[in-house]
Amino acid sequence: MKVPMTEYLRIDLETENWECRVCNHVVGSAKGNYKEGLLVHNRDPREIHPPIIDPDKYRFTFSPDPEWVRILEYCCPSCGTQVETEYAIPGHPPLFDMEVNLPALKAQWEARGKESEPYAGPAVTTAIGHNH
Amino acid sequence: MNQMSNARALKTPSAADMELIKKFLDDTTLFLGPDPEIMQNHDLMPRSRDEDAAITAFNDVHSIAKIRDRIQSGCDEGYEMVEQMGAAPGAKWGDVITGVYSASGDLAIASAGGVLIFSALVHHPIKFIIKNWLNDPTVGVREGDGFIHNDSRYGNVHNTDQSMILPIFHEGKLVCWVASTVHEGENGAIEPGGMPSMAESPSDEGLKMSPFKVVENYQIKRDILTFLQNSVREPKLQYEDMKVKLFACLRIKQRIEETLNTDGPEALISTLRLTMENVRAEVKRRVSEWPDMTVRTYIIQDSTLRENCVVKINCKLTKTGDRLIFDFRGSSPEFTNRATNTIVAGLKGMLAQVFLCYVWPDLPRGQAAFAPIEVITDPHSIVNCSYDAPNSQSLMSIFTGFTAGQHAVAKFLYSCPEKFTKVHAPTFNMINTFIWGGVSQHGETLGNLCADLNGMGAGAVVDRDGEHALAPIFATMADIGEQELNEEEVPFLQLVSKKMTRDAIAPGKYRGGQGYTMMVATKDSSQWGFMTTCQGAKIPPLQGLFGGYACGCYPLSKVQGVDVYDILINEPEKFRHSIEEIMNERPFDGASYTTHHMGMGFEISRRGELFMISQGAGAGYGDLLEREPANVIKDIEEGLMSSEVAERLYKVKFDSATLAINFEATAQARAEERKARIARSKPYAEFIKEWNKPKPPSHLQYFGCWGDDVSILYMGGPDVIRDADKPKPNYMQHPKDVRIAELEARLANLGALGDEKQ
Repeated sequence: MKVPMTEYLRIDLETENWECRVCNHVVGSAKGNYKEGLLVHNRDPREIHPPIIDPDKYRFTFSPDPEWVRILEYCCPSCGTQVETEYAIPGHPPLFDMEVNLPALKAQWEARGKESEPYAGPAVTTAIGHNH
Repeated sequence: MNQMSNARALKTPSAADMELIKKFLDDTTLFLGPDPEIMQNHDLMPRSRDEDAAITAFNDVHSIAKIRDRIQSGCDEGYEMVEQMGAAPGAKWGDVITGVYSASGDLAIASAGGVLIFSALVHHPIKFIIKNWLNDPTVGVREGDGFIHNDSRYGNVHNTDQSMILPIFHEGKLVCWVASTVHEGENGAIEPGGMPSMAESPSDEGLKMSPFKVVENYQIKRDILTFLQNSVREPKLQYEDMKVKLFACLRIKQRIEETLNTDGPEALISTLRLTMENVRAEVKRRVSEWPDMTVRTYIIQDSTLRENCVVKINCKLTKTGDRLIFDFRGSSPEFTNRATNTIVAGLKGMLAQVFLCYVWPDLPRGQAAFAPIEVITDPHSIVNCSYDAPNSQSLMSIFTGFTAGQHAVAKFLYSCPEKFTKVHAPTFNMINTFIWGGVSQHGETLGNLCADLNGMGAGAVVDRDGEHALAPIFATMADIGEQELNEEEVPFLQLVSKKMTRDAIAPGKYRGGQGYTMMVATKDSSQWGFMTTCQGAKIPPLQGLFGGYACGCYPLSKVQGVDVYDILINEPEKFRHSIEEIMNERPFDGASYTTHHMGMGFEISRRGELFMISQGAGAGYGDLLEREPANVIKDIEEGLMSSEVAERLYKVKFDSATLAINFEATAQARAEERKARIARSKPYAEFIKEWNKPKPPSHLQYFGCWGDDVSILYMGGPDVIRDADKPKPNYMQHPKDVRIAELEARLANLGALGDEKQ
């Protein structure tokens, strides 16, 4: 059974691995940090959040300050899908952001008894109202 | 040594002595300050004997649902009254809540609209009244009484919010309480508007109303009212809104009495109690459906509103079985002389909003929805500050705490088959608006704010973009108000209002909802000014979700030495309608153009000077290379993004004149970008070897833990630390003193200090 954990990652409960949901690449052990199986890029935040006012004239420009914050971009080494971003203070160790209790996850899905497709959640619909 | 020990042993008091000592201390308490027993607890009070008896006598679920709906309607009626009649701008756009509280003080049923953070915070002052005034012969609680409160150290978010609290009796017995709370604005603090960022101690924060009696026989006591009016800048508003809140409470009281007459007191008491118990049980059931996991995240505040620095809000969220524990240890130490601290109840109130507004909006509004969820913090930290620390800008810490919670919760919800909303990237979290004050064109002294703080951009969700300027994170059903109506009362205009700020984006497969530009200029008063109280001009205050990006940064821009009203009359072609054009083109000759962080202390403005800011964007969701090319073009057409930025980031190829998409070239450009990502990125193990540092960088003033070690908190530099569990003062220098020292050092280096005596 495979459990979709994020938009791009799932856990295979039999092999106990994180997998890429886009290309099926095995990322690494689900007992550990999925980031260890990904590639990382240290992105200058000005490239994503462009200055709106002239950086040569002004101290504040609508861009983050690259000496204060960086964007760590994590991608799948097989298909290049961007799995996660992390706005980080320069030098701050990346977070172990999803530490899964694997035996509990297995037991939970065993009790549910069937694999489920990811469910987006209820849609907001227009009420039809009362009519005859 | 032995003699001393024996002497000490002889003096050990007996149990009877201890009782006498306790009675002596209870009878002679010199000051009834905020009670930690009340303030640290957010769970429901134990079921009382009366509640037990009522539930035994009355427990039919259909009748309970009917009575709950009736009480809910009464709360909504009271809410409408406050919103329609209240004088405070906050009342007009829904920064209000009304509710019915159990006899023990728990909020059982709240109004459906308004500011739900109050749902987790107004129970504290009621519990203070029960504990201290109910049996006090000099105070007492009687039919016809009303109590007022605003000091956040006794409950509530910040001192700008005022509550009116009424006990409800039936045949001489206290059966419940009703209360109405409004963001009133002005409160006599060091700066106008009620949320002073310049406050360096609680004594700078204006009115400090611990809960006290201000109404007897349903009449406001005029002597106390006059004292309160005399303590604030808007005395008429103080009176009007006290009356409005009182009458809203009386309307809810009327609806309760109708229920008491038709169904009896047991039905009411049972309905209030079972509503809370059932919600609490349902929350535990819903949590148990989540995966057992620990999620870690952090959000960075980039200022104290007085100076830029790095302030960490650290969050570890652990779910085990039906327990959910927010662990905020490792967050920044409290600032001894800065106003961005919060009492822990404020943080809990905002975390309750994550659930009530974004995860389980179907649950009845009340205190019970957050009651079983646990929160851990360090003592004397920015998210659990002490009595002596100022907290008038607690919004900075409760909002970034909210975002940490919202970001962490999304990672639990994705795999959970049972959902009540869609998985949601963080919504923008700063109150990017103008706070204002001075003397109006009508000669009135005013102090308040523009309702644009409610126009926060929403985070993207799992299958669609975030909505623009949708709602504040503390109230899903609030309004941004009619600026034209506001301008009848205040002496300034918003020359540009509600125009989306182009390229201030949060990209992703689904992008965040964007923020809009506000440009204000004083017109009809020579005694008027503005302030702004937000973070995020150097570091975004959000995180993106599942590969999406956060928002960018939002500074304050000023154009001074100009009267734009003269320009609009004499040379209207020079005026521009975007911050981008005005700041880059500098169209007004002789004017000064400057940028600043968003913590502008109250500043008097001259006629026609421009103050310009933008509301913020919610975070993006998913890999931006998966965004539908047609949606990228739509964003260009709607003025959200320039063609250059769209093409560079989203790798969409299109005709620059017609915006017709070349799908084949787009697919190729995106495939190449995926390859380029792989080529420029490094394997994790290799990356952290050069990235990870053992301490915070020396070029930043850094506050909070570093990495996972939450036992040590940094206090401004890599070598200034405290043990997390051992509080220490944490003073900041006045920013002007810092600047003077820098300039004096430069003068000294140049040998220009001369023979100045030191």
